[in-house]
Amino acid sequence: MAEIIQAEKGKGGKKRAKKILPHMDMTPMVDLMMLLITFFMLTTSMSKPKVMDITLPDKLTDPNQEAPKISASRTLNIILGPENKLYWYPGAVKPEDFNNLPPLMETDYSADGIRKLLLERNKTLARKIDDFNKEVISGKIEISQDSLQGAIRHLKNVDDTGPIVLIKAYKEANYGNFVDILDEMNICGIARFTPVDIAWYEEKMVETAKSAAPVSTSSN
Amino acid sequence: MTPMVDTFAVILIFLMLTATMSQPEPATVDTPFSISEKPTPDFNTMTFLLSPDGKVFMNFDNGPDTLLKYRPKILIEMGKRYGIEFTEAEQREFEKYPSAMGVPIMQIKEFLANRDGNARKEMQVGLPMDSADNQLAMWILCARQVNPNIQAVIKGDSKTKFPVLKKVLDILQEKNVKRFSLITSLEAAKINLEEIQQ
Repeated sequence: MAEIIQAEKGKGGKKRAKKILPHMDMTPMVDLMMLLITFFMLTTSMSKPKVMDITLPDKLTDPNQEAPKISASRTLNIILGPENKLYWYPGAVKPEDFNNLPPLMETDYSADGIRKLLLERNKTLARKIDDFNKEVISGKIEISQDSLQGAIRHLKNVDDTGPIVLIKAYKEANYGNFVDILDEMNICGIARFTPVDIAWYEEKMVETAKSAAPVSTSSN
Repeated sequence: MTPMVDTFAVILIFLMLTATMSQPEPATVDTPFSISEKPTPDFNTMTFLLSPDGKVFMNFDNGPDTLLKYRPKILIEMGKRYGIEFTEAEQREFEKYPSAMGVPIMQIKEFLANRDGNARKEMQVGLPMDSADNQLAMWILCARQVNPNIQAVIKGDSKTKFPVLKKVLDILQEKNVKRFSLITSLEAAKINLEEIQQ
């Protein structure tokens, strides 16, 4: 829109350039912009995926080293079964009495299944964490966002009532089951849990439980 | 008309600046859900992509490389171990490649030379990780050597069979990587403590 008006001298300075408002057809530009906006909106991934941190125990490399002992009364074994089934049994089973294995209890991934079971056993700690969270929300305790996680971790560390959950996966379980169960641990505020390898007698227990249940039309 | 064009321009500029392109992955993966709210780290990551059919792919610093240019360094390190020399052009190509890789090291030169997307996709057969030729473990070793701060991130499909994950976890554990993250999508969950009290 820059106009250079050269005033010509001598030829009567009264003559002025006529100012016409330039008119541009903007429709193609708008079309193009719409196209670009649509393109960017479709290709942009706005919400970043989230991550869940887990820590594995050390691998026993020294054959003389023994696995850490845990008390059987607090132990809860969860076995991820095939076809999104979930089995559990409390305590420990000795490999010696493989002829007399305890039956597995069956449950599922719903709020009434495993979550209820875990909360029942973890109620002291879960209530402590819940009370703490409530006090933070209502402003009774003033704590920065950064140290909130640390405070909850401390509550979990000093707790000695909750279950020790051992997560074992049968070979037909899938990755989604594994994430689901770890998520359930976080939801219920379980202080101590770890994924461990499934033992051969536990595989046997799963197979017994599988055959005891009415056989469904499965591809296996 | 002019106000509309102005708004469009603003939206367009905003989208262009915030756009993080969703990169095409060699396998489509549906991540499982969890309540975790921690965002995925941008840098210093090695991502293991576990496809539903049991293949394993690996990616470093998702998407574009950072200023420190770890990717070509990792490739050179890997080449040293297998006696392969990579040219400048191949290193650049590896640096630019935006998504996860699952090409056996012997085919990687061919893969980098090939410009055809479909042919490339066909070469992505997953990283070998049997005990005779454990290239996945080698990649982890090289990545950790080049960048000691690297974090392991696992991205799996909810239908991926557990033994695949188990194998990757075992290899990680063997290489002394004990902390790692699983990529999930956010979902809300509620617990009812009152019900338990009764």
